[in-house]
Amino acid sequence: MNALADAPARSEMPAPPPPPAPYGMLAELTHRCPLQCPYCSNPVELERRNGELDTETWLRVFSEAGKLGVLQVHLSGGEPTARRDLELMIGHCVAVGLYTNLITAGVGVTPERLRAIADAGIDHIQLSFQGADAQTTDHVSNFPGAHGRKLAVAREVRRLGLPLTVNAVVHRANIHQIPAFIELALALDARRIEIAHAQYYGWALRNRGALMPTRAQVFEALAIVEEARERLKGRLTIDAVVPDYYAKYPKPCMNGWGRQSLNVSPSGKVLPCHAAETIPHLDFWNVREHALADIWTGSPAFNAFRGTDWMPALCRSCERREIDWGGCRCQAMAIAGDAAATDPACHKSPLHAHMLALAETDAVTADAYDYRRYL
Amino acid sequence: MSAPLSAGGVPRLARGVRLRHDEARGQWVLLAPERVFQPDPVGVEILRKVDGVRPLSLIVDELASAFSVDRARVAADVGAFLAGLVEKGLIEFGGSGEAGP
Repeated sequence: MNALADAPARSEMPAPPPPPAPYGMLAELTHRCPLQCPYCSNPVELERRNGELDTETWLRVFSEAGKLGVLQVHLSGGEPTARRDLELMIGHCVAVGLYTNLITAGVGVTPERLRAIADAGIDHIQLSFQGADAQTTDHVSNFPGAHGRKLAVAREVRRLGLPLTVNAVVHRANIHQIPAFIELALALDARRIEIAHAQYYGWALRNRGALMPTRAQVFEALAIVEEARERLKGRLTIDAVVPDYYAKYPKPCMNGWGRQSLNVSPSGKVLPCHAAETIPHLDFWNVREHALADIWTGSPAFNAFRGTDWMPALCRSCERREIDWGGCRCQAMAIAGDAAATDPACHKSPLHAHMLALAETDAVTADAYDYRRYL
Repeated sequence: MSAPLSAGGVPRLARGVRLRHDEARGQWVLLAPERVFQPDPVGVEILRKVDGVRPLSLIVDELASAFSVDRARVAADVGAFLAGLVEKGLIEFGGSGEAGP
């Protein structure tokens, strides 16, 4: 032990090195939204309009994000075009060097508004479709005429020369439409499509019995996406958000907690992922009170599940610990009742069979949608 | 999809793709929708010449001369690098003489 005699005591050791800088930031500008999708990923308790950050605070947050090392910002919600100051924010994001992506449902966006958004310098637009045809989109979003409005917005986006991604959240009512979604993306001259299997957190968890597809449907969907991805290489990029209720390994949620990205809620809370508020007792810091860099480095919520030290022995000793990063903490909370438990999507979890049984039961349940209503 | 690239073709960044210097990390990055690519130093030299005006043959000429490397080898390396980015949807090719976007 003599060699250690001169070493400082643990309490005097320098602080651990700060975590590597994040690459992406999701800015949830508002929770207001004209659509009523049953799979809404926002929390059950939405933030009110009068609690939203003002323009000045958002601009400061974007500046701080750029300095911190964030390269891409995703302006989302709710429906971000509900904010009248959106164009101002886009212009600022572009000015501070951020690659600026707008995530919109498109229904209330006029050609004039889109022109202003393009003029402000937006880099890319991601437009959601709830179905590959009008009947499905209008039913899932509970918004008559939504599909037609989205088609018009997509054409206008391309007429303005902006790059377009089609986003399709898939579940029991539309999982058979994946080939049609891909055809729609090609017809709209999109270069990218996201096939996102519904994730069951927040409001979506309430509707799991109405949304969950069968195991056979999920595996067929995965095969269709693989085939299309190969066939359309160089023409259309296909990204998938994978379904995990029928999986063997958990998804590497957010590519690791507090590792690459952060979310800012409409009222300024900074979250490691947008479902993180489903985990009780986490202490989220707010941009009204802290600088973004301090939050990224020091917020107790970010440090709670960062890296691998927090993992239960089963995960810490697993050879996939830095592939899956322990899976999803919100799912561990929802299914195991413990955010620090092994993600039940993992085949090593003692609750894996339980989770599979939940999915199989839900897949043959004929619940009606509990629509989300919030304007 | 991997037809050989024409030497007279003009490569350009696909729409929605930007090359910028990342001050925080001290490196160049290629930004695309939901993607960040970190090309190696050779890739950066190639990408900085992709301006939608220079044809592939000129890019190869300039790099071979700047680094005093055998032109045939440079042509092979640049072709393979750009073909990979075409497949990822990050680079598009216009015809000979096309002035880019």
